[in-house]
Amino acid sequence: MISLTIDGIRVQAEEGETILEAAKKAGIRIPTLCYLEGLSPRGACRICLVEVRNWGGRLVPSCATPVQEGMEVVANSPRLRELRRTILEMIFVERNHICAFCVSNGHCELQDLAMELGMDHVRFPYRWPLLPLDLSHEKYGIDHNRCVLCGRCVRACAEVEGAMTWGFSGRGIFTLVEADLGDPWGKSKTCTGCGKCVQACPTGALFEKGKATSEQVKKPEIIMEVTERRPRA
Amino acid sequence: MPKLRVATVWFSGCSGCHMSFLDLDERLLEFAERAELAFSPIADVKEFPEDVDVVLIEGAVGNTEHLRELLEIRKKAKILVALGDCAVTGNVPSMRNPLPREEVLRAVYAKDDPPGLEEGEVPKLLPQALPLHAVVRVDFFLPGCPPPADRIWKFLRPLLFGEQPQLSGPDLKFG
Repeated sequence: MISLTIDGIRVQAEEGETILEAAKKAGIRIPTLCYLEGLSPRGACRICLVEVRNWGGRLVPSCATPVQEGMEVVANSPRLRELRRTILEMIFVERNHICAFCVSNGHCELQDLAMELGMDHVRFPYRWPLLPLDLSHEKYGIDHNRCVLCGRCVRACAEVEGAMTWGFSGRGIFTLVEADLGDPWGKSKTCTGCGKCVQACPTGALFEKGKATSEQVKKPEIIMEVTERRPRA
Repeated sequence: MPKLRVATVWFSGCSGCHMSFLDLDERLLEFAERAELAFSPIADVKEFPEDVDVVLIEGAVGNTEHLRELLEIRKKAKILVALGDCAVTGNVPSMRNPLPREEVLRAVYAKDDPPGLEEGEVPKLLPQALPLHAVVRVDFFLPGCPPPADRIWKFLRPLLFGEQPQLSGPDLKFG
């Protein structure tokens, strides 16, 4: 067992566990976005940043940082709150997130984070990029305007379904999630139509066709349910 | 105690925020005891008056008229409030922002010489619909599409009693 402190509370954790997992067991809330239980951590969104006091106050993503003996972690502070809000605002300006117009309005992890982190407005100029929509799939659609590039769909498809349909194209803010190297999703030869990517998506970027906003409630926990039942290598 | 001089303004929005304000129902009576409506789309006043204590602005800054009025209102009002998602983020009016202004006007109104392309009887459309704080200093943000009446009241009531409103958690929900 490894001993560390999180927000001054003494916590015991197993070797190989992450700071986020240790905090969860101790009942300490750390907000996350790209993290999803059952998938490998990616550290892509930086919302779960924590400060390690005895590493000179270094900021690390708690979802992807294993615990170490004697670590003094700050998970909640005015500084972290401000940093997380700033990161969230940068995610909001990067694409066109219009809650009033979105199928995930009322059950969106991005919208919930804005409330949790006290984001009453965005202080950066919006980019308003022109982005495509792909409605070629029979059952599902993808709206790049609402994508936060968390990669949960990419990981769910590769790690859980094993289809590896989704991937990233481009770099930085021009990155797009694409099926089969840029083919229309409906033409994909590898997509099994299982919908795990849709359930894993934290926003309205991936959605089920023919479902109204009130019915478009996602079940990201199925990823964990499926992986828990599986024998591990 | 003199009554608080409150104004409401309607820019590029659907008037839903004003409808939500009217949904205050019987609380409007309490509002009227402590405040007077100095200017509003629902009051017959032509010019935005001097010495307004609080102005609630619905809608994004969509054209040159909004822009001119907003700059004037900022000078005349002590507390400026962005009321609803369009004023706070641009919201639905900003959905045209990725597209060229001219293309939008021609597609929606007329192929030749659409209104709003140049300054005329209809004010010129800005290249992009902007949130208020992209143009002037905003003192408070009241998100929601529309903000529910309860949220508006939670915000407005402290102001009527000279206190600072403080919204958090579910009261900051966009959409």
